[in-house]
Amino acid sequence: MSSFKRDKKEEEDGGINLFQNIEKTTVLQEARVFNETSVNPRKCTPILTKLLYLLNQGESLSVKEATDVFFAMTKLFQSKDVILRRMVYLGIKELSSTADDVIIVTSSLTKDMTGKEDIYRAAAIRALCSITDATMLQAIERYMKQAIVDRNSAVSSAALVSSLHMTRMAPEVVKRWVNEAQEAINSDNVMVQYHALGLLYHIRKTDRLAVTKLIARLTRMSLKSPYAACMLIRITAKLLEEEDSGNDTPYFEFIESCLRHKSEMVVYEAAHAIVNLKRTTSRELAPAVSVLQLFCGSPKPTLRFAAVRTLNQVAISHPAAVTACNLDLENLITDSNRSIATLAITTLLKTGAESSVDRLMKQIASFVSEISDEFKVVVVQAIKALALKFPRKHSTLMNFLSAMLRDEGGLEYKASIADTIITIIEDNPEAKESGLAHLCEFIEDCEHVSLAVRILHLLGREGPKTKQPSRYIRFIYNRVILECPSIRAAAVSAMAQFGASCPDLLENIQVLLARCQMDSDDEVRDRATYYSNILSRSDKNLYNNYIIDTLQVSIPSLERSLKEYTQNQTIQPFDIKSVPLAAVPTSEEREKKHKTEGMLISQGPVRPPPVSREENFAEKLAAIPGIQQLGPLFRSSEVVELTESETEYFVRCIKHCFAHHIVLQFDCLNTLADQLLENVRVDLDPNENFEILAEIPCEQLHYNQTGTTYVILKFPDDDLTSCVGTFGAVLKFVVKDCDPTTGIPDCEDGYEEEYMLEDLEVTLGDQIQRVGKVNWAAAWDKAAEGSVEKEDTYSLSSMNTLDEAVKNIIQFLGLAAAERTDQVPEGKSTHTLLLSGVFRGGIEILVRAKLALADGVTMQLTVRSPDDSVAELITSSVG
Amino acid sequence: MGMLFSYFKSLIGTREMRILILGLDGAGKTTILYRLQVGEVVTTIPTIGFNVEQVTYKNLKFQVWDLGGQTSIRPYWRCYYSNTDAIIYVVDSADKERIGISKDELVPMLREEELSEAILVVLANKQDIPGCMSLKEVHQALGLEALKNRTFQIFKTSAIKGEGLDMAMEWLANALKNRK
Repeated sequence: MSSFKRDKKEEEDGGINLFQNIEKTTVLQEARVFNETSVNPRKCTPILTKLLYLLNQGESLSVKEATDVFFAMTKLFQSKDVILRRMVYLGIKELSSTADDVIIVTSSLTKDMTGKEDIYRAAAIRALCSITDATMLQAIERYMKQAIVDRNSAVSSAALVSSLHMTRMAPEVVKRWVNEAQEAINSDNVMVQYHALGLLYHIRKTDRLAVTKLIARLTRMSLKSPYAACMLIRITAKLLEEEDSGNDTPYFEFIESCLRHKSEMVVYEAAHAIVNLKRTTSRELAPAVSVLQLFCGSPKPTLRFAAVRTLNQVAISHPAAVTACNLDLENLITDSNRSIATLAITTLLKTGAESSVDRLMKQIASFVSEISDEFKVVVVQAIKALALKFPRKHSTLMNFLSAMLRDEGGLEYKASIADTIITIIEDNPEAKESGLAHLCEFIEDCEHVSLAVRILHLLGREGPKTKQPSRYIRFIYNRVILECPSIRAAAVSAMAQFGASCPDLLENIQVLLARCQMDSDDEVRDRATYYSNILSRSDKNLYNNYIIDTLQVSIPSLERSLKEYTQNQTIQPFDIKSVPLAAVPTSEEREKKHKTEGMLISQGPVRPPPVSREENFAEKLAAIPGIQQLGPLFRSSEVVELTESETEYFVRCIKHCFAHHIVLQFDCLNTLADQLLENVRVDLDPNENFEILAEIPCEQLHYNQTGTTYVILKFPDDDLTSCVGTFGAVLKFVVKDCDPTTGIPDCEDGYEEEYMLEDLEVTLGDQIQRVGKVNWAAAWDKAAEGSVEKEDTYSLSSMNTLDEAVKNIIQFLGLAAAERTDQVPEGKSTHTLLLSGVFRGGIEILVRAKLALADGVTMQLTVRSPDDSVAELITSSVG
Repeated sequence: MGMLFSYFKSLIGTREMRILILGLDGAGKTTILYRLQVGEVVTTIPTIGFNVEQVTYKNLKFQVWDLGGQTSIRPYWRCYYSNTDAIIYVVDSADKERIGISKDELVPMLREEELSEAILVVLANKQDIPGCMSLKEVHQALGLEALKNRTFQIFKTSAIKGEGLDMAMEWLANALKNRK
């Protein structure tokens, strides 16, 4: 102890960091002192501290080093010094993942966790759980169960949290501790109750029924711990979201009742949950918003911050409710806490009237340089929302954004500004020229390569369509002279776009490209030569296919296919048609990506999957015999549920479409604990044109497991019009009754059983991949020759707005909208929707739908496709 | 400071002795350790790793390490060999089948450089079980007659009943004193 005090004094006097100059090798050398017969705690404790310091600074030990120092550390168990022992626990936890044979301390830690010394017990549990693997867990199970219900709250909490960590490694074992966790939830200690709820929920979260029961029980008993109450609110809100029932349930009542809880934390959590629920009415919202309003005036900065942040998040979805708090938000603009002020202003921007925009923008400008990048991003997002709401204000906003662009800032911040400008340009044609000008100016002095490349790409796409394309050439060519190779290459591609789209600039572009062919970088030269050659042919079709609309395949798939191709010795040329196409995300999917979920247990940032859905499935399907001969996977549909979600057997279907076949993947979940299902398959009743080639049953399906069975169908060859249809489906299987606890069947023989499923539809959309066209008009013109054109007029009497009609058509046909025609401008009574896509087998489809609103929607649909029957199929299936 | 300590230590002569209790699993090592420490029989479970306790016997302080005897843990014994003053090797006298394995563990261990100076006490434990091997039989089965250049003695004990342990400790304490 005394050495600790002395160290502290020295630190205060000299202000020197004791750990400044320590080195790994020296510390490991010093650690040999642990091996001496008599342990000197005063010598050993500082060495352990240094070791922990090093590890926390990111120093890594080799397995040998870690194991050596770990075994040396085990010798310290002979000392009775309390501080040293606790340091040893920390050391064990730090080294448990790197050192070998860490189970050697199991007995010692088990003794400490059950011993008399209370100060050891909790820490010993945590250390013990860090060295225990799934196989060893059985050995300490009894002690863990006892510890969970221990009277000492620190011990109980430590056991509960350690159990939670171990569910990842041995979920089946931890599940058996549910009774102890149930008991711990009745604890008087706030933390124990909270941790017990966390563990209970984690064990049961996959079982909807059990979660419902848990919530029902706990909402009635009124939890003492505010932390547990907050968690219960989150669980309840999540269940409400999933259940899709109305908000008149006891669950909603519970959350609402928490608004009157005596703890501020719980009140805030309840308000936060209510405003974030998807389908709250304004009446249900009112009490929650008034709570947040009250918090806005709180003397505690945390409460003000929490309230204004929540209001900011829901300002778009519930503008009316947030407007009610405008006065309070105005007061917060001058808050001494800049974070609160920023959120207040951006909230006001989102909800405010057009007239107040200028005033608020001036307010922000006064302190934008003082806030952190993270909050600057919040400001930028608010401006984005504002620009979409008040298109006429674009010049004020654009000027503000360009000023922000010129400031210092990190990549994320700059990218969000560029994103916003790009969104404004795409949404508002009037803002296009000034927006592009700002971006041109920005890339003159842009330190982020990725951003510069994106902007050059955008210039290449949008620049040729402006009134005066030539003015952008200078900005782009400057990059060729001044920048690094990847930017130069992007600039060359951008220039080629101008050459392909603007005939009068072609000659100049050719001169510039000729210069780029002398570049020092291979990629830049290659691109310049490639474009220069294509442009010299003066062939519109070549331009369209190889400059304007480039590769539409999914890049990861292409990479994989090429790798396979180079590994297989074959004389056949590589066929790019065998690579799956990349689908263009629909606008809804794009929105979904941005929405973050209220997570119960933080799992770090959510990363988008690196490969497309098709890519994922393609790998899985390829492993199944009988499927891999069907050729490359063309498209996988969304998941279709064929049963109600809470029935005995839960079946979902994914339709995988190939060039001439369709594979139906049925994912079945057995929710009956006393049944073992065998030979599970789906019996289909297709119309006579489809041919069932094979069925792949699922051999065994245990309780709470998902198994997959497949049916492979062949599309009708001759008659395309019959390749859509509705099939009856029945789940067939053999049931063996079994013991619910062990899952072992009672007897050998089972009996046949059937279960009716909902009808399954194979639609047109399943067979079409969304593939976007950058220059739809050019493709349309090209298709005039050599393609079949079909035209028909329909009256869509069930549609009341153009917007609704557009959404339905896109969904039904499964095509991608081009040139942003999926957005219907407000107040128009006619609209032209331009669509493009590819039918299975690689047949291109272009569709133009002219819509007029008058007593329902009238639609003139024109289809162009190289294949007669595909065009026929589309016109015939609509209507 | 270190010099001062060692000076005091040599003056009073209470340097802690380091003792390892080794043997196959289920021989009774942990029971013996706690019998020595607290003087009563405690319920034990198979030791995964080790137990370490301080035992005082006739004013002598021992630091006693009881290492687990399961096959998977035996390889780690060597990590604790250094600075060992004495080894208490425990044999289950009723386990005739595995006495050979016990010998195979003991013989190579005694060849270890780090243990060349250590005093050996062999305890033929579980003498309370009827039909167990006699002291002589254990002596023979372990091949102890071949031992040269080592201070050693064999005792028959019953840790459950507390018989024989005193005699063994008495002998060990004297042997350790005489060694210096």
